[in-house]
Amino acid sequence: MPTPTDDVMRTADGTPLKISLQRALVRSRLRALVLVLPLLAFVLVFFLFPIGHMLFRSVDNRIVGSVLPRTAVAIQDWDPDRAKLPDEAVFEALVRDIQTAFKDRTLGRVGRRLNYEKPGMSSLFRKSGRGAARITGAPYRDRMIAIDKRWGDSSTWRLIHRESGALTSAYFLAATDLKLSERGAIVRQPEPRRIYLTLFYRTLWMSGLITVLCLLLGYPVSYLLATLPLRISNLLMILVLLPFWTSLLVRTTAWIALLQTEGVLNDIMVFAGLLSEDGRLQMIHNKFGTVVAMVHILLPFMILPLYSVMKTIPPSLMRAARSLGATPFTAFVRVYMPNTVAGVGAGCIMVFILSIGYYITPALVGGRTGTFISNFIALHVGETLNWGLAAALGALLLGLVLALYLIYDRIVGVDNMKLG
Amino acid sequence: MKRVWSSLAMVAALALAAGSAQAQNLNVVSWGGAYTASQQQAYHDPYMAANPGVKIVNHDLGSGALAKLRAEVESGKVTLDLIDMTAADAIIACDEGLVEPIEPDTWLAAAPDGTPASKDFFAGTLTVGGTNCFIPQIVYSTTFGYRTDAFKGKQPSSLLDVFDLKAFPGKRALEKRPNNNMEWALIADGVPAKDVYKMLSTDEGVARAFAKLDTIKDQVIWWTKGAQPPQLLADGEVVIASAYNGRLFSAIVEKKQPIAIVWDWQAFDLDGWVVPKGGKNLAAVKKYVRFATDTQRLADQAKYISYGPARHSSAGLVGKHAKLGVDMKPHMPTSPENSKTVLISDYVWWADHQAELNDKFNAWLAK
Repeated sequence: MPTPTDDVMRTADGTPLKISLQRALVRSRLRALVLVLPLLAFVLVFFLFPIGHMLFRSVDNRIVGSVLPRTAVAIQDWDPDRAKLPDEAVFEALVRDIQTAFKDRTLGRVGRRLNYEKPGMSSLFRKSGRGAARITGAPYRDRMIAIDKRWGDSSTWRLIHRESGALTSAYFLAATDLKLSERGAIVRQPEPRRIYLTLFYRTLWMSGLITVLCLLLGYPVSYLLATLPLRISNLLMILVLLPFWTSLLVRTTAWIALLQTEGVLNDIMVFAGLLSEDGRLQMIHNKFGTVVAMVHILLPFMILPLYSVMKTIPPSLMRAARSLGATPFTAFVRVYMPNTVAGVGAGCIMVFILSIGYYITPALVGGRTGTFISNFIALHVGETLNWGLAAALGALLLGLVLALYLIYDRIVGVDNMKLG
Repeated sequence: MKRVWSSLAMVAALALAAGSAQAQNLNVVSWGGAYTASQQQAYHDPYMAANPGVKIVNHDLGSGALAKLRAEVESGKVTLDLIDMTAADAIIACDEGLVEPIEPDTWLAAAPDGTPASKDFFAGTLTVGGTNCFIPQIVYSTTFGYRTDAFKGKQPSSLLDVFDLKAFPGKRALEKRPNNNMEWALIADGVPAKDVYKMLSTDEGVARAFAKLDTIKDQVIWWTKGAQPPQLLADGEVVIASAYNGRLFSAIVEKKQPIAIVWDWQAFDLDGWVVPKGGKNLAAVKKYVRFATDTQRLADQAKYISYGPARHSSAGLVGKHAKLGVDMKPHMPTSPENSKTVLISDYVWWADHQAELNDKFNAWLAK
């Protein structure tokens, strides 16, 4: 074996130590990657893909083009500003499309889709399906108008013209209380139909309030848990965790029993003479009920990160501050509190993000004024089946959370966050 | 080695044999609780007794069935065989092409006297909203219950009393959606029932309905789940509540709560079966549906729950409650005594206006 002439350190087989180390590092990284791969694949398949797929529905507009393919092509030649109605060829395409769709039973889908934009389209297509089945030849235009005079109304055709593309902005507009006017300009919904912006705003400020209340209530509790002797603090910890482990519905229902006008709290106050029988307080089925129940349900998500951070603050810090002449208050504010920022940040962002997407509790105790935007997402997913609008609302909510997260990162720094 | 192979082959043969002898599962979706129990006793149990090869598995999805159905049909993996839905949901499902069209007279059994199914089911129920996918089972109603101990002297007896806070003070519970409430508001405001939907098609009509609802708005608790209003009444949280008549029956007769029913302008609604498109067991489902919707079976269901069978020929067969022995006829929403004034929802109109009125209603609520 030749003696190496340079003074590079080598391993037993003669490779330079540096390279050998690098190889080992790469190998261990690869091994780590292999270990993480299942999780990555899982996240991709069960999380990112379905969410992406769902979010795509907020702009997906293939219904008109797929159910009325001939019409969607033919209508492109129509200039709504020149002619009031499309020409005979478009009407013929429409009759053919409706006849096929009526047979395939897909016509209802177009009716429902266009009905989101213009009430009445659902029944128009329902009626036209039966009528068009009997049309055998020209004149198509007159025969369609004879079935329903709305086929002679240019607003019907402008709508079909507008929504025959593969993508639409209609769901996002609807989710922000806007709509396209007949001529294609973005305008606000008429006043009686404006609802979603109010709900976004309400969801945000109530979630903020819930977060602040959780912090105010959770901070002293976490402090106690972290500083009391282990024997007592363990007991207290169980008191925090027991409700955490109890079913969400049970806790929500318990709040209803406690807070309703004929409930425990009102009964006690009437019994104690604080309230008259007729003056019972309405504490549930409103904003107050939502805030109380949600603060209770989300409190552990504030306490646990706070506790885990406070547990690591050495008691000697406070003692040192005191010995240097700080009053207990100054020592707490100037020395202890800055050390808990990581926990405060983690707790706040957790509670805020959880509450912004909450829907079971607001649905049960929110009544008329205490429901959140997620209740409407649930409504459109489960009941109205308007998944496009649900997706648009969900996308906006997701965007909002991400934006807040970025702002938080700017101010506090995500690296400072400590979840436990 | 040979022995291993031959024993493996035997195991495989046995497994195959077991597979073919195994019961055929039918996945039936319904609402759970007392309602599914009534279907179990009136339809499922006798059917499984007569057809040992079939096993009916209940799934309680309630109003979530529609979303689940769409997800399954879109993904092409349909596991549900039969779904119990309200007529309004069935119209959406049919419009969206998520369910099979039905042929009433070939799918469904004729009445004992030979009347074909298309004539024996209540008029228009098989073609609800201009669709042809819905097989009605029951007529239920949303009507008003009140606490009998809440008012001294005169008790509520009409729809007008629901809106009369002076004579009948106290909280009300109404369902948190525009359906029925808008119609009731206009009828209570003096609009003839036949003009209600014409009226609601205009902005003024909608405003008028909201103005009427405004008179009781701050006294209303809005419910979203059928179990809530009887509970709110039982707790004394409200004095008058709109509720499903079957739930009120259960609170009054089974749980002996101090509640009574006002049948004035009860809102009729239908509930029935739809068959998911692309289901694997279509033949078995058809056979089951034929059995479960015949005259006797529909009448039997009324022994367990106070919903009216949707066939003319079943009405005469409605007897006593299976456990309590109460005569069920007076508790049926369809009994002549109770159905003097009925609100019949215009499904076609609602299909056009649901989205718009949902928005307006929720905006009004938020104000």
